[in-house]
Formats: sequence, structure tokens, C-alpha cells
Amino acid sequence: MLETATRRKKSTRSNAAPHERFLEAFRWMLLTRTLEEKLVSLYRGGLITGGVYIGKGQEAVSVACGLFLQKGDIFAPLIRDQAGRSAFGEPLLDVTRTYLGSRQGPMRGRDGNIHRGRPRDNQLAMISHLGAMVSVTVGALMAKRFRGEKNFVGLSCIGEGGMQTGAFHEGMNIAAVEQVPLVVVATNNHYAYSTPNDREFACRDLVDRAMGYGFEGYTIDGTDLTNCLDVIGGAVKRARAGRPPQLVVASILRLSGHGEHDDASYVTDEIKREPFARDCVKVAEQTIVDLNLADAETLAEWRRDAAAQVDQAISTAQKEAAPEAAEEDWCAISTRDLVDFLE
Amino acid sequence: MSITYLEAIREAQAKLLRDDERVFIYGQDVGGTFGGAFKATKGLAKEFPGRVLNAPISEDAIVGTAIGAAMQGMRPIVEMQFADFSSIALNQILNNAGTHYWRTNVSVPITVRLPSGGTKGSGPFHSQSMESLYAHYPELIVMTPATVEDAYTMLIEAVAIDDPVVYCEHKYLYYHLKADNLPSESLPTGRARIAREGRDLTIVTYSAMLHEALAVAEQLVNEGFEIEVVDLRSVKPLDTNTVLASVARTGRLLCVGESFPWGGATAEIIARVTAEGFHLLDAAPQRLNAKDTPIPYHPNLWSAHRPNANKIARKARALLRE
Repeated sequence: MLETATRRKKSTRSNAAPHERFLEAFRWMLLTRTLEEKLVSLYRGGLITGGVYIGKGQEAVSVACGLFLQKGDIFAPLIRDQAGRSAFGEPLLDVTRTYLGSRQGPMRGRDGNIHRGRPRDNQLAMISHLGAMVSVTVGALMAKRFRGEKNFVGLSCIGEGGMQTGAFHEGMNIAAVEQVPLVVVATNNHYAYSTPNDREFACRDLVDRAMGYGFEGYTIDGTDLTNCLDVIGGAVKRARAGRPPQLVVASILRLSGHGEHDDASYVTDEIKREPFARDCVKVAEQTIVDLNLADAETLAEWRRDAAAQVDQAISTAQKEAAPEAAEEDWCAISTRDLVDFLE
Repeated sequence: MSITYLEAIREAQAKLLRDDERVFIYGQDVGGTFGGAFKATKGLAKEFPGRVLNAPISEDAIVGTAIGAAMQGMRPIVEMQFADFSSIALNQILNNAGTHYWRTNVSVPITVRLPSGGTKGSGPFHSQSMESLYAHYPELIVMTPATVEDAYTMLIEAVAIDDPVVYCEHKYLYYHLKADNLPSESLPTGRARIAREGRDLTIVTYSAMLHEALAVAEQLVNEGFEIEVVDLRSVKPLDTNTVLASVARTGRLLCVGESFPWGGATAEIIARVTAEGFHLLDAAPQRLNAKDTPIPYHPNLWSAHRPNANKIARKARALLRE
């Protein structure tokens, strides 16, 4: 069983044999797919308030973002990074508690869905304003450098939509100026909500921007788990070793709406036939079968295990109490004697 | 010894850097041999190597970086070159720093210094007073020191506070305001100060307008009026109790602020006094702000745009006659 409750010791991870690493990554992807399918059905059944935002099609990129980070590293996941969050050590209960509004979740009903994190465990809590978390990651890395820490790295996720914000440009530039050990993984899922690439940017290839920022740039096929692991793993290794900041641009198709409220009717049939529209989970499973990395019974067992973990996390969160307005302290600051407006 | 408001800000930062290894200063032109557009960090980069850092013209990323560092236990001080440019960083200040503790239970102890307010010839983009805008948002402490002593002690206190602080330092006071010594003690943040005692009218103000109000109080003595002047020191938290106690003594209230007139600190004070101390008022409370236009460049226009002693005196006389 994959251990999701606590951050695992990762000293062996980057040294793991490629196929072991591949299988470990696949299991996080499977867990994510299972979890998110369940969240979608809860949403459709009216049991989740707000929105549900899933990473279907992005699991291979995302898991590679979380998998190579070690204790002490900084991770700034974004909307579609459940696989990376889990691989980094986020307990499934954090997800289900936040989505289901349990008062015991890390956000205690004050924020929902993907806007969650545990900053004390170096998993930053994204805000909706895209691009903003790049410079926050830079600052966290600068703090570590000020303190004389060594051998750390930060990884900040973005999409091609977020890459068009001013905050993103400022963040990339300042990362290179400060020469912090940062990896930025940008996933081009070909739509910013409903807006296709040709209305998002006009450059030949997004990775060309790496040179302009002073980053080293790489592209990957985000549907190919091996490619994701090799390139993102390599970028993390290079950043950790003191190379300039790393930009990895992955190409995929978002295999869902922007959120589950969105039927994605604007996604063209033509784009669905593109190679980058493949489902990375299916591609990875086919690789396992083709290379005989695991037998059918093992795969079935992994599926059962994922389903059991998800069911457990959901049923636990569902039993927990919701936040009550009367018990909320309605205090926005930690310095209580400086509160201005307590009702 | 004589020390200016600007020197007090520099000295506070030197003390903070000396006493607390978590402190660093980040902003445009703050480092090197330059020491800031107004020299508020002059010499500090040399005295504290690696801790007073020039940043690119990237207000959003400067504050974002400070937020990330603060989450990791540092105590960053950000210098905005002018308060006006903090508009580029609004997202980080309001949405990131300003929601973080509430959302995650992890506070973000950043101090953002805003060289604020109008000076002759500075025009629409180098003159703004943004305290009212920041005070509107939860999770921010907004300081508006009006004296050399407060400039010093409040900046030290700002860095010690675990929550994000917007520290509005007034450029008009930088060179003109002087004190003999730097204090070792002060009122805590959130407590207003009675800058002058009186019995006929309360003027509540902060930052550079304190000195205009004090000048008016002096002037109206000749007309037989004793005006009480309250220096808020911080507009958030706002010391409603001190204001109400003063209004209880005088029965009349005039609020003066340099920011734009719609909403804001002066309106907030009047709303609170009206709601909680209506019975204390002998006349309708009044307020005076800048005009509701961008801030003009030419001194002839600028001096008419901002509140000043003449305008305050006119308002005060009208209120005293009621």
C-alpha cells in the first residue's frame, strides 16, 4: 500500500531503478485518477459545494513534479496537481476534508477544493491568481539560502494560461536574478479555460522563453510517463546541483472541463486526435503490460488498493462536522490584540 | 543631536538588521552604494552584506518573494520606491499575504514600506496616499507615523508583528521633521495619541496632516478656541476609544486625511463615532480629504488639491460656529 499519511523518506527515490520509479509513479497516478473520479461523482451528486478541478490527462507530468522532491524542498502545486501533491506527501484526507468541507481539514472550511496547502510542510497553498506562486517559491528558497541550508530545491507548477500573466514573468525573472534552485514545470494543456493556444500566445514554442528569462529549458511529451520522469527528474537534479533555474514545458490535452461545471464543448475533435491528447494513465499502463513490469493481478490489486484508500478518506471526511459560523472566531490576523473590527 | 524622520527610518532598519538575523531588505535601488531613491537604506548594504538587496522593477515579484521568505521564518522589509507603485503588488499584498493566515494558520510577517503622500511637482504617480485602500482589506496592519519618534519605533514594531504590515511613511516629512533623540519606548500600535489637548473641537488625523492640524490649532488659539488633535498613528487598527473619548470632551469632530475622499479612513472614523457616540456630538461630524481627481503636478494645483492648514482652518471655523 502506498503510504500517503506522512512524507516518506525519499533518499532512495532518485536512485531507484527506472522501472521501480515508473511503477511507483504509476500507482500515484492511479490513486489520483481514482480519487478524482470519485470527487466528480460526489460533485455530480450534489455532495461537494463550490467546484471540482481535476488533473485528468496531467497525472504523468504532475506525479513527476512531486516524486523527486525531498524533505525540506518546496513544492508549489497548482490546480491540476493532485498526483504531485500526493507524491509529495499530502494525505488523501487533506483532499477529501477540503472538498467536503470538514472543519478538521487544513483549510477548516475557510477555503476549498484545490486552494489548499500546508506551508509548514513546504507545500504552498496556491491562490487563484495565476503566476503569483512563482515568486513566493523564490522567496521560500531565498530564506533557506539565508539560513545556510544546502541541497534544497523548489518546484513551482504553472499552465500555459498562467504563463501569460505579468506575475509569472516577474517571478521567472526574479528567480533567475536571484539564482535560486528552482524548477518551473509548465503544462500546456492547450486551453486556458475555453481559450485555445492561438489566442493565448504567439511565440513559436513556450520553451523558447527559457533563454529570455535566464532559465535552462526542456520540453516533454506529458503523456509519456518515462519522458516526464526523466526530464523533470533531471531538472530537479540540475537545480539541486546549482545549475540555473529550470523550465520544463509539457504538452498534453486537458481531458476534462476547466472544472466539473464545464462540459468542455469547445474542445475540437481535431485536437482530440493529436498525439498529446492521449491519456497518460492508459499509456503508462500499456507500457507496464508491454514490458511486463507487473502482471494483471498486481494491477488489479493496485486498483483495489487505490479504491479502498479513497473510500476510506471520503467516508472519514463525510463523518466529520462542518464548520459552524457561530464557532468561527472571524479573526483574520494572528496578533489578536491588533484586531480592529471584532463583531 | 538632531535626527530627521527619514534618518529615523534608516536607523530603525539598521537596528533591525543588527538585532535580528531574520531581517533583510528587498526593493528597487535599496542596495549597493545608492541606498534607495530617498536614501532610507543608505550605507546599510555595506554594513550588512547580502541582506540589503536590489530587486528588479517587479513589484509583484518583490512582495511575492518577501511572502515566501516570511513563510519560511524570515522578516523581510520591502521598500516600494513610491507608494503609488505598490498598485502593481496589490495582488500579492491583498490576496496572498492578506489571506494567508486566515486560510492556512501560517502568518506572513512582511513589512511593506510605502513612501507616501504628495510633495511639490510629483504628479499623479509619485504622490499617492494608499492607507485607506490597504485598510479596507482584512489581515493587514496599516501604520501611518506622523512623528520622527513614531517613524522609528513603529517600524521596529512593524517587523516584530507576526502579520503583514503596510507602513506608510510620508515623503513630505522626510527632511523637514526633526527630533532631538530617538525614543526607546512608545505607545503600542493601535493606540492613538492626543497630540494636543483642547475642549472645543476634535481633529482626528494622521501622517503629514497632523502637522497641518497642529498649525491650525495654534492659529485658532488667537480666536479663542482650544482644539484637541488626535494622531491616529495607525489607521488599522483604528483606536476608536481614544477618538470617542476626545469627542466626549469636545462635542465636535473633524477628520482629516490626505487620501482620496470616497470612503477611507476619515469616513470610517465618522461612521464609528456616529454609530457609537452620536449622543456625544453637538454638530454634524465633518471630514476633509484630497480632491476627487488624480494628484496634479503643478504646485499651484497641488497645493489646492491636498488638505492644508488653510482648508482645515476654514472647516474648523465653520464647525465651531455650529
